[in-house]
Amino acid sequence: MSLLSVENVSVSYGKVEAVRGVSLSVEAGRVATVIGPNGAGKTTLLTAVMGLLPYKGRILYDGMDLSKLDVEARVERGLCLVPEKRELFSEMSVSDNLILGAYSRRDRNNVARDLDAVYDRFPRLRERRSQLAGTLSGGERQMLALGRALMTKPRLLMLDEPSLGLAPLIVREIFHVIGSLRDLGVSLLLVEQNARAALETADFGYVLETGELASAGPSKDLIHDPRLIATYLGEH
Amino acid sequence: MTLEIAAILGIDGVANGAIYILVAIGLVLIFTVTRVIFVPFGDIAAFTALTLAALENRQVPGTISLVIALAVIAALIEVVSLVRRGDLHAVPRALLFYLGLPLLVVALVRFGIGFELPMAARIALAILLVLPIAPLLDRIIFRPIADASVLLLLIVSVSLHFALSGLGLLFFGPEGVRTQPLTEAAFDVAGILISGQTILIVVTSVIFSIGLYLFFDYTLTGKALHATAVNRTGARLMGIRPARSGAIAYILGSLMAGTSGVLIAPVNTIFYDSGFLLGLKAFVGAIIGGLVGYPSTALGALFVGLLESFASFQSSALKEVIVFSLLIPILIWRSLASTHSEEDIEE
Amino acid sequence: MSPNHIRAAGVAAALLLLAAPYALNSFSITLMNYIGVYALVAIGLALLTGVSGIVSFGQAAFVGIAAYATAWATAVNDYSPWIGLLLAIALTCSIAAFLGLVTLKLQGHFLSLSTLAWGLAIAFLFGNIDGLGHFNGIANIPPIAIGPFELLSGTQIYYLIWVIVIAALVLAYNLLDSRVGRAMRTLRGGNLLVESLGVDAFRIKLAVFVIAALLAAISGWLYAHLGRFVSPTPFEAKMGIEYLMMAMIGGSGSPIGAVVGAALITLLKDYVQDILPLIAGGASGQLEIVAFSFLFILFLQNARNGIVPYVTRFLPKSAEAPPAPATPLPRRQQPAPGTPLLEVQDAEKRFQGLIAVNKVNFEIRAGEIVGLIGPNGAGKSTMFNLITGALRATSGQIRFAGLDVTRSAQREASRAGIARTFQHVKLRPRMSVLDNVALGAYQRTGASFLSSALRLDRAEEASARYEAWQQLERVGLADKAFEQAGNLALGQQRVLEIARALASDPVLLVLDEPAAGLRRQEKIALAELLRSLRAQHLTILLVEHDMELVMNLVDRIVVMDFGTKICEGLPADVRNDPRVQEAYLGGVS
Repeated sequence: MSLLSVENVSVSYGKVEAVRGVSLSVEAGRVATVIGPNGAGKTTLLTAVMGLLPYKGRILYDGMDLSKLDVEARVERGLCLVPEKRELFSEMSVSDNLILGAYSRRDRNNVARDLDAVYDRFPRLRERRSQLAGTLSGGERQMLALGRALMTKPRLLMLDEPSLGLAPLIVREIFHVIGSLRDLGVSLLLVEQNARAALETADFGYVLETGELASAGPSKDLIHDPRLIATYLGEH
Repeated sequence: MTLEIAAILGIDGVANGAIYILVAIGLVLIFTVTRVIFVPFGDIAAFTALTLAALENRQVPGTISLVIALAVIAALIEVVSLVRRGDLHAVPRALLFYLGLPLLVVALVRFGIGFELPMAARIALAILLVLPIAPLLDRIIFRPIADASVLLLLIVSVSLHFALSGLGLLFFGPEGVRTQPLTEAAFDVAGILISGQTILIVVTSVIFSIGLYLFFDYTLTGKALHATAVNRTGARLMGIRPARSGAIAYILGSLMAGTSGVLIAPVNTIFYDSGFLLGLKAFVGAIIGGLVGYPSTALGALFVGLLESFASFQSSALKEVIVFSLLIPILIWRSLASTHSEEDIEE
Repeated sequence: MSPNHIRAAGVAAALLLLAAPYALNSFSITLMNYIGVYALVAIGLALLTGVSGIVSFGQAAFVGIAAYATAWATAVNDYSPWIGLLLAIALTCSIAAFLGLVTLKLQGHFLSLSTLAWGLAIAFLFGNIDGLGHFNGIANIPPIAIGPFELLSGTQIYYLIWVIVIAALVLAYNLLDSRVGRAMRTLRGGNLLVESLGVDAFRIKLAVFVIAALLAAISGWLYAHLGRFVSPTPFEAKMGIEYLMMAMIGGSGSPIGAVVGAALITLLKDYVQDILPLIAGGASGQLEIVAFSFLFILFLQNARNGIVPYVTRFLPKSAEAPPAPATPLPRRQQPAPGTPLLEVQDAEKRFQGLIAVNKVNFEIRAGEIVGLIGPNGAGKSTMFNLITGALRATSGQIRFAGLDVTRSAQREASRAGIARTFQHVKLRPRMSVLDNVALGAYQRTGASFLSSALRLDRAEEASARYEAWQQLERVGLADKAFEQAGNLALGQQRVLEIARALASDPVLLVLDEPAAGLRRQEKIALAELLRSLRAQHLTILLVEHDMELVMNLVDRIVVMDFGTKICEGLPADVRNDPRVQEAYLGGVS
């Protein structure tokens, strides 16, 4: 069964329809990616799934209709979004940011252990744990955003442009982490402009153009699709 | 002005300032968490003083009717919105919080009036009784427009103050009150008399400031409140409900406003509308502090207290003019110092 | 409603007002007089708060200054009320100008808080200045006299009040329907767009602030001579919020709504005064403010837009005609194709230690289309903001048409002929498409507040509207000219931004991701449009992600990555450059 299934969802800002009739699904334990140009509606879609924007259509998570749950209730049920702007608590320390990630968890006893695990995964964060989040570099901020998301103990993690504005080396590191999350049993929905990196990480891909699904398929097929190569992937 | 007069004015100013600190920190707490500039905050302080005075005279304070009315309205609004959303499971809990708890407090006070209570118990009851007012007002007035601009919230807040001061007259009458002194002690320091009351005010203010600091640094709830203030969207994405943070901020703030009301009632005559100026002056202090940090807010409030004290020596009639005029240069300095982001003010 | 209907309704309303004294009893006339007096303040607030977005709690203080000024002049010093009027206006407006100068740079709620502060401070002064009667106020104020004829009765002053109200309404509507009116409406919602259009936002704000104070001053003068008595109470903070109620309930930004709001509040107050004693006995005076405040809060919670916009929704909409051909606005001399137009030399921009743009050099020659590309976060937008004056370079130099624009503000860049569009479309969603485009022509026109209010700007205004219409035709949006801009699809909004930029008769057009969110057909149309602009010798710089569009359109490409320029050249060369492949297309692999 799909962990997340988005069925015929449309999202509007005022009278402008940014997402039109999109359907997609994320299988449990898999990585799905949505790629497409700037302004195609990718961020809007994630925002709606998270409950930050109203939508038309149906979104099922673990078989449950999400329409009646607010953002916080979705978080409690293991849905987590790392937005494009990261939305860190910039005037708070790195460790406070991470601790707040576990805010809605009921298994308080495991929080300390998970915090350690996050520090092990991102040793840089341990070094800087008493530093204010606002003073971190771009790459560190993204690590913190990922670490904070992991502290929520997500079942479905949605990442919006995790490589945005990062140096190639950091991008490689971030994608390495993303790849390893699958082993933790976390399902992923990844939105990326860096289409090649995203498709290489994901199992399944969707292409969004001007708010509509343009194509979809297993990543290994999409990555060889001549039209996509011409538009997004470039000659390789 | 002799040194002695300056010292007396200074002590007076510090005592005033300590009161403003309590109110100002409460205001900043509420503002950062909810974005509401809670103008009626001073009214909460005044209502506490009036409630305490009524309890001393073993009268039924007007606050009881106010709390009952607000609790019924808030519960009704909450239940209706829950039913509309189809969230019936949450109804009993909502009734408990919005109706049950406030009515429990009301019952306790009503019961307490029947006895000759010690002062500490009366103070506790008075503060307990005003605690629900601000969170209930939040539910009734501000929650439905939580997404509105700070400016709109401010207009609503100013209107709410006028409504509350009107209600104050209705519930408490036009007479001013002065409550029994908390302490008769006085100390002679280098020839200058310092009253125990002044010391009590300053000590309470310091204790609250430290307590709040510990709360924010060492509790998860405190951190969640801070997080809501720093980044609402970020907080929501971690499962922190801004509405819940707001309610906690209102209760904490009311605790501080209530305490300040208890502290000034023995030294100043308090009328139903005395809260406005108290709140606004504290507010001037908060703005001097930039409406953000707690230490800077405390400094700003202290400054206002001192300024007022010295200004009233120069011209007691114009001291309010002086305090409020001061706000303008401070706002200008603030606006030059702050950088704002363009997106904040988009339509 | 067509203009004829509006005119008919206006005439009918005027006739009703004219006839009112013959039909109403003296008490109702008194009410009408106060409605008129309050309406003046509310009209000012409609312009200030509703249109320009500056919320003032302090108007009551202005009314008070004027009322006390004329009371002091006439009752204490025996001057004529007309001297009182001059004094009232001069004093109020100079105080307003001073307060405006020092506070109008404040943002949002800080500005409003300052109005609360000076409002309170001034209100405290009335009761405490010697010679103004303290809290007893000043009595025995003489009536206004026109020649030997004294306006003693309510009916007599009634005509004066309402003539002034109607004049204020006409002038306010004239102002709104003009160049400065459009600029005023643009003030709500962020300075970036306003300044990029060449509008001096501060000056406009200051002018509107003084105009609102002027109306408050006239109202205060009338108030003093109507009641023949002043005391501090009617000018306290409480009244400040009542004026705000009037302006907002009637309809934010609608002068007629302000009059409706003033009428509604005054009548309601009168009604409430009648019935509350029956319910509450003695405390009715305070219950009045309770009832009012809660009603106002309910209104703010549920119907912020006010009555007039709600009513107009049910009125038939008029079919607006395209503007008639008019004398074209003067055009700029375009530089000869091929001459250097924009020179960026060693431009550098740091944000708190982060280098966003690092020693970038490039040049744009007149008549070419240059593409600026690079991955997200490469510093393109910062580069863009440096060129348009939205940001100042930390070091380096930017020259435009021979001028050094490195330190220029947006407004100056705009006047020099740089017009821009925004990555996140910035327009005024509730203004019509035509008005949005006409904003672009702001700096090509020059009508002042006064000439706009007196309608001396008609010829220029016709030219500006016709210019906007022509630009809409040019980009293919003419059929949407009278829709609200917010109702357009994203693609059309982007095109609207281009039309707005064109209306400023630019030399250099800088476009920030114009194709983002456009459909394929729209992109083709956009490329077509840009080519035609090049054919007319316009110079274009565009930041864009869509490679297909960029490669087929531009003459040259500049590639940025991590704040530095990594390559520059013809599209075909850039495409094959290995550094570009790595930075832009490759990513991790």
